[in-house]
Amino acid sequence: MPTTTINGREVAVDDEGFMTEYDQWDDAMGAALAEAIGVEMTDEHWKAIHFLRDDFKVQGETPTIRRVSTAGGIDTKQLFVLFPKKPAKKMAYIAGLPKPHGCV
Amino acid sequence: MKKILILGGGTAGTMAANKLRKALPISEWSVTVVDADDKHRYQPGFLFMPFGTYKPEQVTKSRRKYLSKGVSLVYGQIDQVDADANSVLLTDGQKLTYDYLIIASGVTPRPDETPGMADDMGGSVHEFYSYDGSVALAEKLRSWTGGKLVIHITEMPIKCPVAPLEFAFLADAFFKHKGMRDKVEITYVTPLDAAFTKPIAAEAFGNTLSEKGITVVPDFMIESVDPEGKKIVAYDETEVPFDLLVTIPLNMGADYVARSGLGNDINLVPVDKFTQQAKAHENIFALGDANDIPASKAGSVAHFEVDIFMENFLQLIKGQTMTHKFDGHANCFIETGGGKAMLIDFNYDTEPLPGKFPYGAMGPMGLLKESRLNHVGKLGFRWVYWNMLMPGRPLPISSLMSTSGKRTDLISAK
Repeated sequence: MPTTTINGREVAVDDEGFMTEYDQWDDAMGAALAEAIGVEMTDEHWKAIHFLRDDFKVQGETPTIRRVSTAGGIDTKQLFVLFPKKPAKKMAYIAGLPKPHGCV
Repeated sequence: MKKILILGGGTAGTMAANKLRKALPISEWSVTVVDADDKHRYQPGFLFMPFGTYKPEQVTKSRRKYLSKGVSLVYGQIDQVDADANSVLLTDGQKLTYDYLIIASGVTPRPDETPGMADDMGGSVHEFYSYDGSVALAEKLRSWTGGKLVIHITEMPIKCPVAPLEFAFLADAFFKHKGMRDKVEITYVTPLDAAFTKPIAAEAFGNTLSEKGITVVPDFMIESVDPEGKKIVAYDETEVPFDLLVTIPLNMGADYVARSGLGNDINLVPVDKFTQQAKAHENIFALGDANDIPASKAGSVAHFEVDIFMENFLQLIKGQTMTHKFDGHANCFIETGGGKAMLIDFNYDTEPLPGKFPYGAMGPMGLLKESRLNHVGKLGFRWVYWNMLMPGRPLPISSLMSTSGKRTDLISAK
């Protein structure tokens, strides 16, 4: 399992750089991950990221954009404003969670 | 008398009903299926109807005829499931109680979930994921004189995830045959980041699309359809213009699942991915497209799932632990046009790989390879569906995916 250093700490990642160990993440890690992909974090950004973290803990999987909108209360259009072009992927990356799975 | 109640008499429901009826003593167990009507549709036929390959009569058979004699069929619409009371209320007021409930009501296309999509449905906007839609599209294609054909997927998961690709391939062949391919511009628009997301298969397919002159627009998350401006608009403001839009609308499970508090945000029932037992209720199972397992929504998955379910269910009713684990096995023929098709065979852990199927090195079908034999297999499958699968007769294919005959050497080291 590859590792990388984020925010001065060595963490486990997959081959696309998404963190694989839930408990290795914290807010400071999230901030560093966001900076790495050029996302400037505001309270609204954090609301989305914390929703992802909390929901993953309960559901066991990264919520889809649909779920972030219906259960997390952030309008889909707004998610595209906060995390341009690829919100699902960007949010998962910043939150240290697996990409929501694309399907065969 | 113990009661098994099955909501939905389609692919999964029919197989489960017939297998349960055969396995359980009729003096001790009743098996009842609830469905809206007697029209059992062969859904793989919906892909072929728009091109005239199948006629409407060929994709419909009597539901009652394909359910064993000892299975009761109740016609009705479901109002709600009261899981705490082990009962189901139908809209006509009938109340059916159960010891075990199987939710097998599948998923349906929901054009009205996307703003503007339903407005011109049947005009310049079409879908082939319903019987009516497929029939209407056949009518449209008979006389369409050409322009921008946009084939589009709203959101994953959809049932039969390869069907949109097949439609693109068949459309290319259809217009070539009519001598008008140069009058049609075909664009394939998908929310996925590629036409196919598994690396080895993506390589095999990526070439097929460009060879046929089909443009791919990936990462497209549709926000709305503009029926007057004739374009689809994404949340990131990308636009794709069309003259004819063939879209796969959002697929959702049945509304009663939501009303009953049994589903997720697209009305799929959360289940254990190995046993298909509902996470929320021990005596409820969801089989076929209606559940949320991380596998394709396909008839082949329902088939293999039901086989494993049967083994587990017989343990469960004896008070034993369920020890059989479904592995997400799926296989799919993919029509590539011109009398050829590809075949893929995969499961939760193994992506589609090249090789031979189903008998190891003997094949005879080639995986991830275009061949006429695969096309014959695809068309021949209609006979297998009605004469072997629906009656619950075993197929000489293992329910769990086999790596025999597969090029597992091609999987990159993790």
